[in-house]
Amino acid sequence: MPDKPKVAFYWCASCGGCEEAVVDLAEDILGVVEAVDIVFWPVAMDFKRKDVEAMPDGSILATLLNGAIRSSEQEEMAHLLRRKSKVMIAFGACSHLGGIPGLANQFDRERIMKYVYEDAPSNVNEKKTRPVTAFKDNGRVATLPELREGVRSLDQVVDVDYYIPGCPPTPKIVKNAVGALLTGNVPPKGATLAPDIALCDECPRKDSKPTDLSFAEFKRPHLAAIDPEKCVLAQGFLCMGPATRGGCEALCIRGNMPCSGCFGPTSRVKDQGAKMLSSLASNVGAKEENEIDRILAGIPDPVGTLYRYGLARSLLRKKVT
Amino acid sequence: MNPQGNPPAATPGDWQPQIAAFFCNWCTYTAADLAGVSRLKYAPNIRVIRVMCSGRVDPQFILEALVKGADGVLIGGCHPGDCHYVEGNYKMLRRFRLLKRMLADLGVEDDRVRLEWISASEGDKVRTVVNDMVEKLKALGPLRLPERLKAWDREIGPEEVKSHA
Repeated sequence: MPDKPKVAFYWCASCGGCEEAVVDLAEDILGVVEAVDIVFWPVAMDFKRKDVEAMPDGSILATLLNGAIRSSEQEEMAHLLRRKSKVMIAFGACSHLGGIPGLANQFDRERIMKYVYEDAPSNVNEKKTRPVTAFKDNGRVATLPELREGVRSLDQVVDVDYYIPGCPPTPKIVKNAVGALLTGNVPPKGATLAPDIALCDECPRKDSKPTDLSFAEFKRPHLAAIDPEKCVLAQGFLCMGPATRGGCEALCIRGNMPCSGCFGPTSRVKDQGAKMLSSLASNVGAKEENEIDRILAGIPDPVGTLYRYGLARSLLRKKVT
Repeated sequence: MNPQGNPPAATPGDWQPQIAAFFCNWCTYTAADLAGVSRLKYAPNIRVIRVMCSGRVDPQFILEALVKGADGVLIGGCHPGDCHYVEGNYKMLRRFRLLKRMLADLGVEDDRVRLEWISASEGDKVRTVVNDMVEKLKALGPLRLPERLKAWDREIGPEEVKSHA
């Protein structure tokens, strides 16, 4: 046992889907368990923070951390695990890019707290009670982590060695990443462990994508039927494929849904949302301002659509004023 | 600065807006040149970047200019129908329409990013547009995104913080 490399899994601001992704390895997980010693995995095993604190620095081969960083506790755990690990891996879209929680960066903390604890229609909170970081009761003090102003990707908090993209990462890329890690056959630090080419390249409908797109309208998947054979974008549905890294083998497209961009951009793109905006808008088939606006009105929420997973890791990172 | 990243108010008088200007080689850049040789005086707040076409202006350039400290971004292209490459200015116009909506959602004021059609003979329009934009930015005040983001990063412990470049 002591000779096996040690691995830790941890979750921060996440939904649990990334934990499922580990289980999605199915029988391959047996190989992983065989090869490594899992020393910390709150969702599945009963090790505590103090157990991690007791480990020597750098004694864990790799920590796979999923979820974005929103609270002081998540930040502390990220620092702790960073210190204890040789390799820190941002696992999944939230850790990699801020993910869905990152969309909260469109609102300041006060607005979120006020809505959640006071204004939400399902609330009964006449005293407008809000959580506090320390509360004294019967001489004992109960504490809660502090909610930070905004959501951050893992690499905005600690040094990250590799990224495993996806919401959640697919079994194939997880398996490849773990395999590379255990054999030491790893790419240069900072790499995203997935192909560095746009999703369209591996899309089964690639051949039906026209050279020149021209949008007369944008359709939405819940309001119109998608032809299961043709390029989704060519049909007028907003597909993030052209601005998104491949590696998922076009899972959503195979399920007849457009790509929503969870693998993030390729290494040559700084800002996934801006790049996709550029591609989409350029191909609007109108020249008059009013007509352009009418077509673009088919994208009712540009931030939520183009930065669905990447707002925290975009150039602006958050609402600026 | 407080953790919300609100920069201190600039001392009136000493702050000048900085504008990153992407000018098309075939029209607005030539117009700016014409303004120069015609000895037209206009506000010295623009830093001109010559591009071959307004269609070359990637929205990433605009965001990056703001993140690196520009208070505003001005894009100058050929009048509709006059693009040297036929369609480039239309592509820019379409991106601009969606980008403006997105920037509004992210709290960037309307006057900070501006698209103008200025032909090679309209040196005077360069002057009026730049002067007008400088006035509007002065009314808005500094954007100071680098300082805001730095202040925001201070919310989390200073050691080991690695802001993405």
